[in-house]
Amino acid sequence: MTSQTRQGVTVELIDLRRTYGSLNALDGFTLHISPGELVALLGPSGCGKTTALRCLAGLEDPDSGRIEVAGRDITSTPTNRRDMGMVFQAYSLFPHMTARQNVEFGLQLRKRGSQERRARAADMLDLVGLSDQADKYAHQMSGGQQQRVALARALAIEPQVLLLDEPLSALDAKVRAQLRDEIRRIQLTVGTTTLFVTHDQEEALAVADRVGVMRAGHLEQLAAPEVLYAHPTTEFVADFVGLTNRLPGAVAAGHAEVLGGRVPLLQGSATSGTVVVLVRPEGIDIAADPAGQATVVSGSFLGAHGRVTTALADGRHVVVQVPSSTVAHYPPGTVVRLTPRGDAALAVAAASPSLSDTAGART
Amino acid sequence: MSGNRAAARRKQAVFRWVTIGLCLVFFALPLFGMLEFTTRGPGGTRSAQTWATLVDFGQVSAEYPALREGFLASIGLAVLTVAIMLALLVPTMTWVRLRLPGLSRTVEFICLLPLTVPAIVLVVGLTPVYAWVTYLLGESTLWLALAYVILVLPYAYRSLDAGLRSIDVKTLAEASRSLGAGWGTVMVRIVLPNLRTAVLSASFLSVALVLGEFTIANLFSRKNLQVAMYELGKSDAQISIAVGLAALVFGFLVLFAMSFVGGPRGTTSALVPRPRGRRKVSA
Repeated sequence: MTSQTRQGVTVELIDLRRTYGSLNALDGFTLHISPGELVALLGPSGCGKTTALRCLAGLEDPDSGRIEVAGRDITSTPTNRRDMGMVFQAYSLFPHMTARQNVEFGLQLRKRGSQERRARAADMLDLVGLSDQADKYAHQMSGGQQQRVALARALAIEPQVLLLDEPLSALDAKVRAQLRDEIRRIQLTVGTTTLFVTHDQEEALAVADRVGVMRAGHLEQLAAPEVLYAHPTTEFVADFVGLTNRLPGAVAAGHAEVLGGRVPLLQGSATSGTVVVLVRPEGIDIAADPAGQATVVSGSFLGAHGRVTTALADGRHVVVQVPSSTVAHYPPGTVVRLTPRGDAALAVAAASPSLSDTAGART
Repeated sequence: MSGNRAAARRKQAVFRWVTIGLCLVFFALPLFGMLEFTTRGPGGTRSAQTWATLVDFGQVSAEYPALREGFLASIGLAVLTVAIMLALLVPTMTWVRLRLPGLSRTVEFICLLPLTVPAIVLVVGLTPVYAWVTYLLGESTLWLALAYVILVLPYAYRSLDAGLRSIDVKTLAEASRSLGAGWGTVMVRIVLPNLRTAVLSASFLSVALVLGEFTIANLFSRKNLQVAMYELGKSDAQISIAVGLAALVFGFLVLFAMSFVGGPRGTTSALVPRPRGRRKVSA
């Protein structure tokens, strides 16, 4: 294991703008990353998250705005002088070099002695658990191993900032989860300030100190994962992160009347009139009741928990999270009563265009 | 049913061998004719005298100075053509792929254009250019390499393009840049080693083409191997044909070697360990 415990640096992306033709990839994007922090940028395709990371890496030039690392303006510094380690979405190991040579490459460019290079490469490969693969070429390794070597290569140069551009998206689910946890462990060990771009919300919520949800080139919300999930400030964030039921209701005195119960409202909610309340599946209780207001449509077993999909009289679907052992208690056709638990939720004006959607639950 | 299939397979095998046999005869017969002609001795006997002379470079130089001059010029032209072609094409094609993908069609069109231009048209077009080349750089057969670079462009482009397509140049370049490499380092230490197969095939094709080129050199009144052979044929047909046969065999060997370099993975892996492309595999 490496002995490296380096303090991270501050990263500031200030009012970045970048357009491609008529598309605003970055539209006044601003982000502050504290020393040693891991921030994940999350968002749908085309929201600008990769552009933001590439601007920080120097692989894209912003049209305007400023980038500062450790208080130094690096907006016009070329990529090779930015001192950043990067792991790419595509496998990026140099095919003509072994894993060790790949890891040593950045150190060679920095004119480090061969002894030091070897020791450092061995340390880094050990850190990612691949000491025994040091003499293998990329084509002799699995995708997960290649990405680990790429991580070791990026860390070997002791970068000021570590950039991870969807490094797990080409891997299968099990390896992805495993490597995700390792990335977090290693990042905590080395303490490097890290920007992690992903479209996988589970990945972002699992590894990041803070998650930034992006939409149309700007940050919708930047918060700790639990805050982002429990207290979304916009409809987009509530919809994008986690599963959400869109339920019609009426606002009164800081509460909304939903499914016959009262739900306290989060800050930023609509304050009057008919609204749609965004309620999580775990925020609703379900009980078999012949006088209930919903009918079970289907149930699904998801391992640790289960989900029961029900339909209200108006056809709107409501998804409820239940312990996996109780999924079987609600076979299709069962009439059930749904009651909000009282977790705070976001309410948006019913005029919202997305309300035309009759399917109430969204992922 | 299986009997019918076996019979069909046998038929296919026979057809295959007959086709291969006919092709071999078609190509081998003229070569055999050349060999037969160059081994004729006085009074209907067989003699290896012509070949003995040919393999003795000192003797060839003394007896046939024009042949020596043409041979050396062609070797020089081959080396120079390959060098200019690589220096021109590799960085350009890599840069277009990395930074100007919109231009790739234009570059491809320009590189393939020489295929459609007859040599005589090329010479007519190049004559005033060569007047300046001669004026500025002096008289030398080696300057023909500039015209030959145009001739080899389509073949070299195709080889290098195939090589560039087989690797993710953009990601590799960005990865090395992020590790601190300048553009020169990216080209020399990352792109070129991964294009080794493509560079070798482009070079071999260029060498084969340059060694066999006659029209342009002759029209420019320059003496390369082919022109020297042609002129020698008027005075000593045997040695001229022998050189022709040797050049053909050499060209064949070059192309044969190339088929190994660019061939199946088993043979290329010794040269360059190649990636298997993106796959989903468990760790």
